[in-house]
Amino acid sequence: MLRVEDIHTYYDHIHALKGISLQIKEKEIVCLIGSNGAGKSTTLMTINGVIHPSHGKITFLNMDISQVPADKVAGRGISQVPEGRRILPRLSVADNLEMGAFLRKDKKGIKKTLAEVFDLFPALAMRKKQQGGTLSGGEQQMLAIGRALMAQPKLLLLDEPSLGLAPIIVDKIFEIIAHINQTGTTIFLVEQNANLALNISKRAYVMETGLITLQGPAKELAQNEDVRKAYLG
Amino acid sequence: MMKKPLKFIVFLIWAFILLFPMLAVNEGQFVWDRLLKVMGVLAFGGILVMAYNAAMKGRSLKSAMFKGGLPFKVPKKVMIWTGIVIVLILPWVTDNYAKDVAINVLIYIALGLGLNIVVGLAGLLDLGYIAFYAVGAYTYALLNTQYGIPFWVALPMGCLISALAGTVIGYPTLKMRGDYLAIVTLGFGEIIRIVLNNWDKVTQGPNGVLGIKAPSIYYPAIGDGGFQFAQLYMKNLTWLYYLILVLALITMAAVNRLNYSRIGRAWMAVREDETAAELTGIHTTRMKLFAYILGAIFAGVAGAFFAAKVRYVNPSSFVFLESALVLCIVVLGGMGSIPGIVLGAAAIIVLPEMFRGLELYRMAAFGGAMTFMMVFRPEGLIPAKHKRPETDVGDVPLEEGRGRAES
Amino acid sequence: MDVFLQQTINGLTLGAIYALIALGYTMVYGIIQLINFAHGEIFAAGGYIGVIALSFLQARGVLERHPILGLFLAFFLAMFYCAFLAVALERVAYKPLRGASRLALLLSALGMSIFFSNGMMLCQGVYDKAYPHFFTSGGFNIGGAIITNMQVFIMVGSVILMVTLNIFVNRTRLGKAMRATAQDRTMSAILGINADKTIVTTFVIGASLAAAAGVMVGLYYGSVRFDMGFIPGIKAFAAAVLGGIGNLTGAMIGGMMIGMVEIFAAGYLASEYKDVFAFIILILVLYFRPTGIMGVQVDDTRV
Repeated sequence: MLRVEDIHTYYDHIHALKGISLQIKEKEIVCLIGSNGAGKSTTLMTINGVIHPSHGKITFLNMDISQVPADKVAGRGISQVPEGRRILPRLSVADNLEMGAFLRKDKKGIKKTLAEVFDLFPALAMRKKQQGGTLSGGEQQMLAIGRALMAQPKLLLLDEPSLGLAPIIVDKIFEIIAHINQTGTTIFLVEQNANLALNISKRAYVMETGLITLQGPAKELAQNEDVRKAYLG
Repeated sequence: MMKKPLKFIVFLIWAFILLFPMLAVNEGQFVWDRLLKVMGVLAFGGILVMAYNAAMKGRSLKSAMFKGGLPFKVPKKVMIWTGIVIVLILPWVTDNYAKDVAINVLIYIALGLGLNIVVGLAGLLDLGYIAFYAVGAYTYALLNTQYGIPFWVALPMGCLISALAGTVIGYPTLKMRGDYLAIVTLGFGEIIRIVLNNWDKVTQGPNGVLGIKAPSIYYPAIGDGGFQFAQLYMKNLTWLYYLILVLALITMAAVNRLNYSRIGRAWMAVREDETAAELTGIHTTRMKLFAYILGAIFAGVAGAFFAAKVRYVNPSSFVFLESALVLCIVVLGGMGSIPGIVLGAAAIIVLPEMFRGLELYRMAAFGGAMTFMMVFRPEGLIPAKHKRPETDVGDVPLEEGRGRAES
Repeated sequence: MDVFLQQTINGLTLGAIYALIALGYTMVYGIIQLINFAHGEIFAAGGYIGVIALSFLQARGVLERHPILGLFLAFFLAMFYCAFLAVALERVAYKPLRGASRLALLLSALGMSIFFSNGMMLCQGVYDKAYPHFFTSGGFNIGGAIITNMQVFIMVGSVILMVTLNIFVNRTRLGKAMRATAQDRTMSAILGINADKTIVTTFVIGASLAAAAGVMVGLYYGSVRFDMGFIPGIKAFAAAVLGGIGNLTGAMIGGMMIGMVEIFAAGYLASEYKDVFAFIILILVLYFRPTGIMGVQVDDTRV
């Protein structure tokens, strides 16, 4: 579904991605783990068009999206739950979700998806009119995921969903992520918490300072000695 | 290849839509002549530009104008010495009209250099600079007419008062962020103008102050009764020209020294990144205030000279448009670049004099030129050469935001 | 007491006009952090188109037969024209500089402001251009003060415009997209919201409101001038800052307050200095409470 070939990206004069290649097949959950500053977020931002690579090619559903701007990439079916949630602070929960469905035109379908999201996240249903900025971290994360789901994306990108959240909530979130995948959405997950990530993923990539150092089935990498030492504590 | 002509046609259509109501409607009639004239000029000009680009095949007008230097090669030394000679002998070879123009140019050069300290070096967007010019002018005017204080005594007093004004205005405003600073300084400039216009008791309001005496010098002369000092009033344009020339040169020298001094570098650091500058131990508020006050003093001196030259001041000389004009000089000439400012001042004063018939178009042209320059060549006509050891060659201080990742 | 009431009525009328102009400033600043210096000139252009349209209709005899229609046509044409003007302004002077330094944007805006005001002078002359004396007369008495028909029209008209804006911004998809872009441009792009289109929409709306204000001023004071945008522009910006830049409700409240302060200060203090009060308020607000009354609403992810 998604093919990234030898991407080089510069971010603020730094050579952030030094030749990344990866693949995501339909209905998979693939994760990208690595320590802080390895370039994981940059990878996601390059895929969804916020940053453009200086070399290399990104193909999504057989279409080249390497230099396509972010708002057009969203139109191709890629949604992201960004790092730090990035909830629109002065829009209500309902409005945030509505903005998630910005590109959709089917009013009835949007209503249906909204109902599904509220089913998935009852906490959000209780706070429909509350301003996004006043939600707790966990609620914001749910809102961010719900917002991304509103677009009925073909590929869902998640950037560090566990960041800054209490462990109980993190577990719940990851349950939901797994559930979303089971209902048919392809997921690409970037995480610092390698345990959680490898647990729910089918395949994984390991990234260090701009390069992919390891890849393979998640279960194998979880057993891998180096990975254990470096990331699994 | 087909894009350029298409874009141009779209541009012409837009121009037509925007100009039509303003030019072609008169009471109940449609009057086409003015509109057609303007459209004709636009079409013609555009075709010329496109033809030039096509003929030059790749070296478009834009790149030729903005990346190259002068169209002809003259050795630098010859240019400089010719310039010096012309400047020195000017009053002896020209008439009063030219001398007057030259004096005005020099005044604006002094103003431009002063504003350059504030905007170009320290990066403070000051839209009310003319207020200090007014303060200097009115200080001398009032001190001279009310108390008979001669020019040379009033000048340091004027400097003091300008510095005071700079402190009073600068202190609260310099904490503000860039664009707000601009609006606030504009506000202060307007406040001063309105006060000058309405405080009849002190400033004579819109009538202005008359009867200001010119600067005078004493020189030894042999008269009847022996050796004595005679007083010469510098009403003569030649005297005034040399006086302002000296003032302008002093300003130039001062700005030049500042450019390469520690203070100058501190200002540039504040301009580039205030937080970083603060972290390296630079007292940003103090430095900004100092730049502001220094600029105020230069403007005050120029103002005092102006009052002495014209011997009459009134508030209409100190409108916002003047601030904008001086800003144009600094920006179009090249921020922080002394030759650029000289060129800018010369262009802004001399060009309208040469094209007397087109005087009405002057400000519109300058406004358009300012936007044009910002979009195409923010470094100005003659960019300043700053020493930037940590980055590569060339200095485009206004482009630091471009080319960054969209984030 | 009736003097006080009269001042209040006058203040509210003026305030409504300032509010309309202030909205344009605040919306543009909210979305691209630019003080649109040329906004005052757009307001002036609106006033000109109004008088041009009305004189045309009057000369053709249409105005006598259908005054209300003529009036609305004038408003519509002014708003339509200024929308075009604002789009051109954004394309030519602001869009190429997105990402450039604040100074460059400011100078570009300033240049356009000078260009527009002088352009209008070149097109329409330096003298005041008088509005047809069609709608000015009549009013009624309220508790000793007089409120003219024109004042009622202006107040009601601006309220209608502001309410419409409110509905648009808070209830429609496009309106929310505008707010989203103002709060977090990158995230909005990720959601599929095209920043360029949203920004252009913002300019169009702001310009339409300013145009309406321009026509109102022309009708209220009887004439327009090429430089009529300068001082009201600064005052309206002061109003926007007072209310909290980027905040629409703030701009409306700020506009009202500035209008009231100006009328009351002119009436009770010194009328020659009435322009100064708005500047003083601006400076005080920026010094003591830069976020304004209602708080700032800007995309602060940009340094």
